[in-house]
Amino acid sequence: MFESLDHAEAGGASELRRRAMDRFAGLGFPTMKNEDWHYTSVAPIATRSFNRTASPTSLSAGELDQYLFDSPDWTRLVFVDGWLAPELSSVHDHAGVRINGLSSMLREGGNVPQLGTIADHETVAFTALNTALMQDGAVITVAGNVEVAQPIHLVFLSAHPVPQAASFPRNLVVLEKGARATVIESYVGLRDESYLTVSVTEIALGEGARLEHIKVQNESAGAFHVATIQARQERDSELHSFSYASGAELSRTNVNTLLDGAGSSCTMNGMYMVSGSQHVDHQTSIEHAQPNTTSREIYKGILDGHSHGVFNGKVYVRPEAQKTDGKQSNNNLLLSDHARVDTKPQLEIFADDVKCTHGATVGRLDEVALFYMKSRGLDAEQARTLLIYAFAADVLEEITVKPVKDALEAAVFARVRGGELEMASD
Amino acid sequence: MLEIKGLRANIGENEILKGIDLTVNKGEIHAVMGPNGSGKSTLAQVIAGHPAYEVTAGSVTYDGQDLLDMEPEERAQAGIFLAFQYPVEIPGVTNAYFLRSAYNAVRKARGEEEVDPLEFLDVMEEKMKLVDMDPSMLNRSVNAGFSGGEKKRNEIVQLAVLNPRLAILDETDSGLDIDALRIVADGVNKLRTPEKSAIVVTHYQRLLNYIVPDFVHVLAGGRIVKSGGKELALELEEHGYDWIQNEQSAAGAGSRA
Repeated sequence: MFESLDHAEAGGASELRRRAMDRFAGLGFPTMKNEDWHYTSVAPIATRSFNRTASPTSLSAGELDQYLFDSPDWTRLVFVDGWLAPELSSVHDHAGVRINGLSSMLREGGNVPQLGTIADHETVAFTALNTALMQDGAVITVAGNVEVAQPIHLVFLSAHPVPQAASFPRNLVVLEKGARATVIESYVGLRDESYLTVSVTEIALGEGARLEHIKVQNESAGAFHVATIQARQERDSELHSFSYASGAELSRTNVNTLLDGAGSSCTMNGMYMVSGSQHVDHQTSIEHAQPNTTSREIYKGILDGHSHGVFNGKVYVRPEAQKTDGKQSNNNLLLSDHARVDTKPQLEIFADDVKCTHGATVGRLDEVALFYMKSRGLDAEQARTLLIYAFAADVLEEITVKPVKDALEAAVFARVRGGELEMASD
Repeated sequence: MLEIKGLRANIGENEILKGIDLTVNKGEIHAVMGPNGSGKSTLAQVIAGHPAYEVTAGSVTYDGQDLLDMEPEERAQAGIFLAFQYPVEIPGVTNAYFLRSAYNAVRKARGEEEVDPLEFLDVMEEKMKLVDMDPSMLNRSVNAGFSGGEKKRNEIVQLAVLNPRLAILDETDSGLDIDALRIVADGVNKLRTPEKSAIVVTHYQRLLNYIVPDFVHVLAGGRIVKSGGKELALELEEHGYDWIQNEQSAAGAGSRA
């Protein structure tokens, strides 16, 4: 289904690709018999044939503005149809920070240390596929104790001129000991064609490093989107992850971290807001592998129309991970009788001195609260909008990058207003 | 101002109001008293338009308009306000935002200019003093985590901000200690004008020491069984609701004889 590619790459990368392609051939696309894909069928992807675009569609900067929420002092890398578009990108020089395009690094024969060592392309089919076909993406390295104050914004735009196009973004973020940074990944579709995005982001956090990672998925209505964010954390490091999903016909986001050093911690938050016949799936995995590790997770979903949401949150506590402290919750708001959610929090604990809680809820708008608001003069639409917004507010509150928080709040308001949730691109 | 005639209402299969007649004129305060389950809170909620109740007979007119034909928000915009017995918590919406949205919705309906957050802050500071409420409350979510007393005071803040022509206080005194009761009652009294009316629903007489009614009605079994002046509340306090119910059944027996 995917064309084979000639890569003018030397050294390790082509070997990595070959190995991953072999693995993908062996694994095939997951079926619903696979426990990790029990509620999500990838048949719409597996039965189509997609082509990778050879070069980016040319766009002007003005065409992007409506999709972006960054400010001029942010570093911005824009990838169009999977390829870096230098004319749309701007990198601010910062001592101790290296930001490069993956494709040019590979073509120049440079070795990219850690590439392919964090995400699992041996047993996870989409990661194998991405690794085999990876195009371009950002390789970010922040040296020890360097703090990057302004966010680094990676924008993946699909402007494919032909239907059934595919792109395979691949990013690597390495924060060395004590480094701090914020990385935002935005996925945006400019056309209502059917297309496929399969992305992988690998994250390595050194001792005491701290990363804010925010993913914003606003693909267009006909899109298929499968993304994996996989982190490995050393002692006392912090990962703060937020995943927002409101686009695509079918989307799946995996956010996984390995708390591999004592005292390391993560917050893993997210929100999904879908309608029509959209299918949105989040699968998270937090592996407590060392003592005194902490995780906090809140995912919230708002579902309208005939949409289908899936949340599967795994928390593993290995035998050596004593004093683990984990909290997980998934709350869903159904706005229609036909919307559906499958939620599956999963705790697997092999240590005895741990504190872990989890919970999931699925509910509807509170009629009494709606009446209360109307009795104060708010009309039905205002009351509904405010209640839905309020449902989302506490998790959006967790986003520390204000322009992103503001943009997502505005998106919730905009999408909720006027009865049934509307696709943002309509 | 408000005219209720032969009002009957159900919740599910149960008939709660079984024919209520009540007229409230401009400037009057009416107390509606009654034992638990008599239907007094239902009456308050039906006037405000609670969707859980189905009106099966009768009419309610407000300033000549058919109130039962109006949405709850239209009633609020027309100047009716219900202070809830159990104020609703709305986590995630700040008091300031909620109050300003309500204030602007009502102003807009009256054809007045909406106010911006800064202008509104001035409005708020004055109103909060009325019930001795800390301004930090503005940044907290509506009623979320409030004590019982704080919730009731918050209702009165809303009352003050929205400045209704007909206020309905549904057991605003329940759960309040005597100091809080006095603060809340003082707040209500300061808002009194000859143009405004109120219906005070209460189980106990003590609130009526502070908010003095012009009329007292006793509700039992979904009907108004006795009406009188403010002294009726004192009689009730002394003799209890059994007194009315006994008197009623005696009268009922008499009329059948």
